[in-house]
Amino acid sequence: MKLKMLILSLVFTIAVVLTGCEPVLVLDPQGPQAETTANVIWLSIATMAIIVIVVMTLLAIVLFKYRASKQSDDYEPPHIEGNHIVEGIIIGIPVLIVIFLSIVSVTSTYKVEAPPEGYEDQEPLVIYASSSNWKWHFSYPEEDIETVNYVFIPTNRPIEFKLYSFGPITSFWIPQLAGQKYAMADMVTTLHLAADNPGEYMGRNANFSGEGFAENIFNVTALPQDEFDQWVEDIHATANPITEDTFNELLEPGHLGQLTFTGTHLDFSPAPEGEHAGHDHGSSESEKEQEDHSEHGEH
Amino acid sequence: MEFFERFAVPHPSPLIYASMVAIGLVVIAIIAGITYFKKWGYLWDEWLTTVDHKRIGIMYIISALLMLFRGGADAVMMRFQTSMPENTFLDAQHYNEVFTTHGIVMIFFMAMPFIIGLMNFVVPLQIGARDVAFPRLNALSFWLFFAGAMLFNISFVVGGSPDAGWTNYYPLASNEFSPSVGVNYYNWALQISGIGTLMSGINFVVTILKMRAPGMKLMKMPMFTWSALITNIIIVFAFPVLTIALLMGTFDRQFGTNFFTSVNGGMDMMWANLFWIWGHPEVYILILPAFGIYSEIISTFSQRNLYGYTSMVGSMVIISLLSFLVWVHHFFTMGHGALTNSIFSITTMAIAVPTGIKIFNWLLTMWRGKITFTVPMLYSVAFIPLFTIGGVTGVMLAMASADYQYHNTMFLVAHFHNVIIPGVVFAVLAGFTYWWPKMFGFLLNERIGKWAFWNLAIGFCFAFFPMYITGLDGQARRMYTYSEATGFGPLNMLSFFGAGLMAIGFVLIVYNVYYSFRYAPRNVGDDPWNARSLEWATHNPVPEYNFAVTPEVKSSQAFWDQKKHGHSLFNKEYEEIHMPNKSGVPFIMGGLFFVFGFSFVFSIWIGVILSLLAIFACMTYRSFEQDHGYHIPVKEIKETEEKFGGADK
Repeated sequence: MKLKMLILSLVFTIAVVLTGCEPVLVLDPQGPQAETTANVIWLSIATMAIIVIVVMTLLAIVLFKYRASKQSDDYEPPHIEGNHIVEGIIIGIPVLIVIFLSIVSVTSTYKVEAPPEGYEDQEPLVIYASSSNWKWHFSYPEEDIETVNYVFIPTNRPIEFKLYSFGPITSFWIPQLAGQKYAMADMVTTLHLAADNPGEYMGRNANFSGEGFAENIFNVTALPQDEFDQWVEDIHATANPITEDTFNELLEPGHLGQLTFTGTHLDFSPAPEGEHAGHDHGSSESEKEQEDHSEHGEH
Repeated sequence: MEFFERFAVPHPSPLIYASMVAIGLVVIAIIAGITYFKKWGYLWDEWLTTVDHKRIGIMYIISALLMLFRGGADAVMMRFQTSMPENTFLDAQHYNEVFTTHGIVMIFFMAMPFIIGLMNFVVPLQIGARDVAFPRLNALSFWLFFAGAMLFNISFVVGGSPDAGWTNYYPLASNEFSPSVGVNYYNWALQISGIGTLMSGINFVVTILKMRAPGMKLMKMPMFTWSALITNIIIVFAFPVLTIALLMGTFDRQFGTNFFTSVNGGMDMMWANLFWIWGHPEVYILILPAFGIYSEIISTFSQRNLYGYTSMVGSMVIISLLSFLVWVHHFFTMGHGALTNSIFSITTMAIAVPTGIKIFNWLLTMWRGKITFTVPMLYSVAFIPLFTIGGVTGVMLAMASADYQYHNTMFLVAHFHNVIIPGVVFAVLAGFTYWWPKMFGFLLNERIGKWAFWNLAIGFCFAFFPMYITGLDGQARRMYTYSEATGFGPLNMLSFFGAGLMAIGFVLIVYNVYYSFRYAPRNVGDDPWNARSLEWATHNPVPEYNFAVTPEVKSSQAFWDQKKHGHSLFNKEYEEIHMPNKSGVPFIMGGLFFVFGFSFVFSIWIGVILSLLAIFACMTYRSFEQDHGYHIPVKEIKETEEKFGGADK
């Protein structure tokens, strides 16, 4: 047993030393949503560490004290059915821990599903992020621009990512800003986040989506509002408009570098929300839209 | 020629050609070997046509071990591929096929048959029965599993492996994004073996409810039998969902329906829901029997009765109910909103309570005991802390907000290997070692067994603990490569090192079987472990009729009470024993199902129709067959019992 504890601690030491240079991404949050999850993670690690230590200590004591080599040959272990007080404790304490963690889980889940704390009164910037094999398309309806495989966001402003997919289910993830959310073909999901500090962050699809999955990454740049506005102006001055034909070419399976356009594909290929949603069976509008979708599938 | 083109592998590589040659050579070697030693008759009479639960159990376990090496080779290839940044050992497509088959082989064709094999061997003995309730159905279950396993394994060299992950999410698994026949193989291999599992479930529920020895009330069953009962009830409720989901997938892929498409009113998320409505109970189908095995072993080697028998049973019942109420936690990130996620977060965490009760009950079983560290006990003792770590990381994953950060990352991979390896794999290896003398009449070598154990336990820590960290650092699962800038390299190399140690451990286990067959002493007696439950009251190896006389039972540790408190188990005179006849029909039906599945995978409709007709013919034959079994005369029982040296037993 001692050997095993030694090995366990060795593994953890090596792991800590190897990663010690800089904190891991999820535990190095740069926005309120990621900070909430990082706090929940630290709290649960602490709680769980106590449980693991208690179990390991009890196990070590029992194994040390009651091993056969330490006892006389004629020792006959007793027959013990159970004890209501002991069973009350081993049920009661886990119940209390679970209640505590449930409260943490529920409150924090509501928190990360809502606009970020402290930004509730600001108008959010809406960005549509859609995935296709194996790229990310970012459409800014307000600014009327579109980018591929990179996204600029203003700091200190709530951002609302509207997620959907032109193919397999993908999962939109910027570890330092917020947790994941799926992007699917027949509905739009919403991810709220905000960046506190300017900087470059790694973003990726975390859900396996086929051959090009490993490289299905994008770059996130957070910058102050005035620089962001400048960036938008520059694009309007220099970039080409996106057309249905260019967009359909972009949807072809493969990898692309970072691209920039004026206009958004939402004008000619609306997101699957509202009357365009895949499950809005009522209206004749939606049938028309479904035909559009199957066309995309063939491209 | 066009007909044969469909059987070509879509993404060939030297590795696949090498495997084709290897598979061909092994098949030739096996056929030549059996012919040379003139064993065809023996194989047919004693194994292929057997309906004996013990032999079927052993065949399940042999198949599971073979599949363990198939899945293990996949695992080592994956760990090697990711051990260095930008490694080019496997390309993306092959890596995708390898992790897909690794998951499916390990869950469906390694863990399930290993567990079901142990149940087959042990449960009838623990309840004092002569066989399961429906012995021929049991043989059919095995051959369906075997047909499914073989069908799945040839996908690698004929037509292409599935490549959409073991979860096979649509629309990735649809024809559009997965055009090879790989996912058809997935649908039919799992369908055929799943039907076998469902029949096993029914068989064991009936066996346990109807065939217990006189005096064995439900609350006097050994704990492994209890776990088997609950597991099989879960199987009966959960597997039909898989059957239907796979059928819907087949219809989508082969008949153009729109159940899981994202157009025409189909719903891709419905697959995820159906898959996990089966898939989460499946996790408990694996772990509950493991809990049963640990309960038997810890109690035996602590020389104490199991602490808190009633709460052990109660906690398993609660776990089985909760297992159907947590499936959404596999996709918290699908965006159902905070309320749904909160509910499923709480139900998931609630499972920690009954599981915690079990952990403490095992600790309290060892308390004031007299613990000997045999190989089965070492696995059980290592299980407690390692499974606790796996369990608490499960609670961490259950917290929906935090799961948004763990989901789909190596953290998740670390977690479920952390419960499945120390939970299920250690349990079946412990059970395998523990019940080995019941199967073959001698013990496995303890020294080699301990070497294997330490390699596995230490290798496990090195292989999987680093993944918790890389997961939190943003390494998504199923990535075939990563850039050096991510910094994932060193920890992944550590994982590969651990995988290597585990591989050595598994090789040692096989070596141990070989070594013990040749050198182990044969006179270990009927009770080498000083055990407690009923299966140890008969001989090693067990005679075909199990017990010469039906035992009469007064407690859950009937054999212990006989040894220590003078309870007498066998009070009756010898009588003729009624036994079921052998039958070749289950084996033939397995073969027909294989042809059916293979034809369906490639849409060869003539093969589908002919094999289906033949299957119905077999069923019709069975319906009209007059088969009343046979009787073992008293004289023969006496002779057998005397040979074992204990006619009075």
